[in-house]
Amino acid sequence: MTTVDSPGRHDTANRPNPARWLVVAIPYVWLFLLFLIPFLIVLKISFSLTAIAQPPYTPVLDLGGGISGVIEAFKEFTVENYLWLTEDALYAKAYLSSIEIAVVSTALVLLVGYPIAYGMARAPKAIQPMLLMLIILPFWTSFLIRVYSWIGILKKEGLLNQFLLWLGVISKPLTILNTDTAVYIGIVYSYLPFMILPLYAALERLDPTLLEAAADLGCRPSRAFWRVTFPLSLPGVIAGCFLVFIPVTGEFVIPDLLGGSNTLMIGRTLWNEFFSNRDWPLASAVAVVLLLILVVPIVIFQNRAERGEGAINKVPM
Amino acid sequence: MAAKAIGPVRRTFAPWDDPAAPPFIEFRNVTKRFGDFVAVDNLSLTIYEREFFALLGPSGCGKTTLMRMVAGFEEPTEGEVLLDGQDLAGVPPYRRPTNMMFQSYALFPHMTIEANIAFGLKQDRMPKAEINARVEEMLTLVKLTPFAKRKPHQLSGGQKQRVALARSLARKPKVLLLDEPLGALDKKLREETQFELVDLQQELGLTFLIVTHDQEEAMTVADRVAIMDHGRIMQVATPAEVYEQPNSRYVADFIGDINLIEGRIVDRAGGRVWLDCGEAGGMIEVEQAMEAATGDDAWFAIRPEKISLSLEAPAAPSVNCITGEVWDIGYLGDVSIYHVRLPDGTTMKSTVTNRTRLVERQITWDDRVWLTWPRDAGVVLTR
Repeated sequence: MTTVDSPGRHDTANRPNPARWLVVAIPYVWLFLLFLIPFLIVLKISFSLTAIAQPPYTPVLDLGGGISGVIEAFKEFTVENYLWLTEDALYAKAYLSSIEIAVVSTALVLLVGYPIAYGMARAPKAIQPMLLMLIILPFWTSFLIRVYSWIGILKKEGLLNQFLLWLGVISKPLTILNTDTAVYIGIVYSYLPFMILPLYAALERLDPTLLEAAADLGCRPSRAFWRVTFPLSLPGVIAGCFLVFIPVTGEFVIPDLLGGSNTLMIGRTLWNEFFSNRDWPLASAVAVVLLLILVVPIVIFQNRAERGEGAINKVPM
Repeated sequence: MAAKAIGPVRRTFAPWDDPAAPPFIEFRNVTKRFGDFVAVDNLSLTIYEREFFALLGPSGCGKTTLMRMVAGFEEPTEGEVLLDGQDLAGVPPYRRPTNMMFQSYALFPHMTIEANIAFGLKQDRMPKAEINARVEEMLTLVKLTPFAKRKPHQLSGGQKQRVALARSLARKPKVLLLDEPLGALDKKLREETQFELVDLQQELGLTFLIVTHDQEEAMTVADRVAIMDHGRIMQVATPAEVYEQPNSRYVADFIGDINLIEGRIVDRAGGRVWLDCGEAGGMIEVEQAMEAATGDDAWFAIRPEKISLSLEAPAAPSVNCITGEVWDIGYLGDVSIYHVRLPDGTTMKSTVTNRTRLVERQITWDDRVWLTWPRDAGVVLTR
């Protein structure tokens, strides 16, 4: 030992500090109890078989049976549900169509949200808190009620059709409700704040001097947007896209209320399996596969960030 | 960097004394208002080609606004700004042949150093090979070639400053605008960089316009300095003139340290002025040709280093001799500043070079001392 530290100091550093330990542990305990355990339960059910019983699957893990009981249960596990997902084209279609709807609506939300976020970030500093407030305001009303209200707007005799008829743009009412269009409208409306908030955060901290520098170097404003503003707002764009894409992929309420019978989304399929067919194991398998599908882009993004391309996250100066 | 043998060249460079010299940047009765606030107040100023011109003043004096009008980020409310004979009104920043080095450097954080320097050249649609060559040249100029592939956040403050300089010089602008370019650097680096800037300006033969609140910086780098206050120019002159012959108390006080004594002009004759400074300074005789009339209020201004300090009364009765007590001594290492209290309670400062070591210091607190200075050491100011 050649350390110059006094032994006393060394001891203090190594002594477990309960308060510190607690602070570190809280998020892990939270995730363990409320994410990992429920997920393991769902995973376990997905390897089970349906049964007309309570709970409606078999085997039921009986911890009272000791280790041998658990091993017995494991022996009964089956991948049949996953095989079934590949056999019935319905599921593949539902996954693909969900992803398609999520991709398209994420793009739409980005297209609508970016100008709004940009305008907010460029607005006078004094009114920015109010604008932010207006973006968050819809959250004060129940999500379900807000989606319901779109039925009143989009239906045949709804507000939108009446307005368009009055304007003379159309001569007979459009069928919007119960189509994919209605689903897109609902999604764009509902998820807009999740896109705007991270975009605003990224654009708001963008140093306006950078745009002056670009102009000074001979760059006209439209080019400066693509060469300076947009690349520097990418962290916000990526965050916003994740915040929209992931929940939209599993969205159930909007397609159920606004979509038609042929709007196929995996969230709805999941609901049907659980509550209509009461096939918990198959529903669990659907959920596990959905999770895997969503985890892939997140992992890719994480890797990208770790490779150091996340340097654009660094605030200049 | 260029060799230091620039002295004679710089001394002969004085287009402002030549009435035939064409103006390069010209402000004609420029006023700029932001709401009720007048940032620039009916200001006229001429800057010549290849000049290193400094706008100096406290914050809020309008110097930055003036520079931003050349860059195109602000348009004058009234008046005109001309560059090389062309009226700049309505010309957007991206079409002006000026480049600016920003106080915050404003480097693009998502681009490498190379890409930052190439940015302006790409806007000009220069061929790729030429861009590469120019970027290489600029990197060599600021000695940052090994850092070409780095991102700005991986550089030190001094390196960022040099990247910003290289980027603003890459397009070979007609005018380089420098907005507090050295403000973020520490003192030593700042002093080195000041000389580098001067060398660079000589080497490239460009017109530099610098904005600074640091009078030492302005004096070191500039051919001429404009001292500004409240949107007006108080004096435009070479650093030596501004220091030795300030035209007002404001300028005298802003540049360096100065003693000001209030008095009244009692006589003028043969290029000399006599000032009655009452109890504070008695009768002061100054060698100066001036317009003011006898009986006018005036101020005598003298730099602390021009006053000699002695423990004994001068043997022969000398002009300009006052006596007082040492009130305080400020030791700065190279020099000491003696604060001498005069009979009427005002304080005069006298700077003495510390040729000997401190322990051998002759004059100390509460000593009676005599302050003397020659006729041509100070100036009489009437405003």
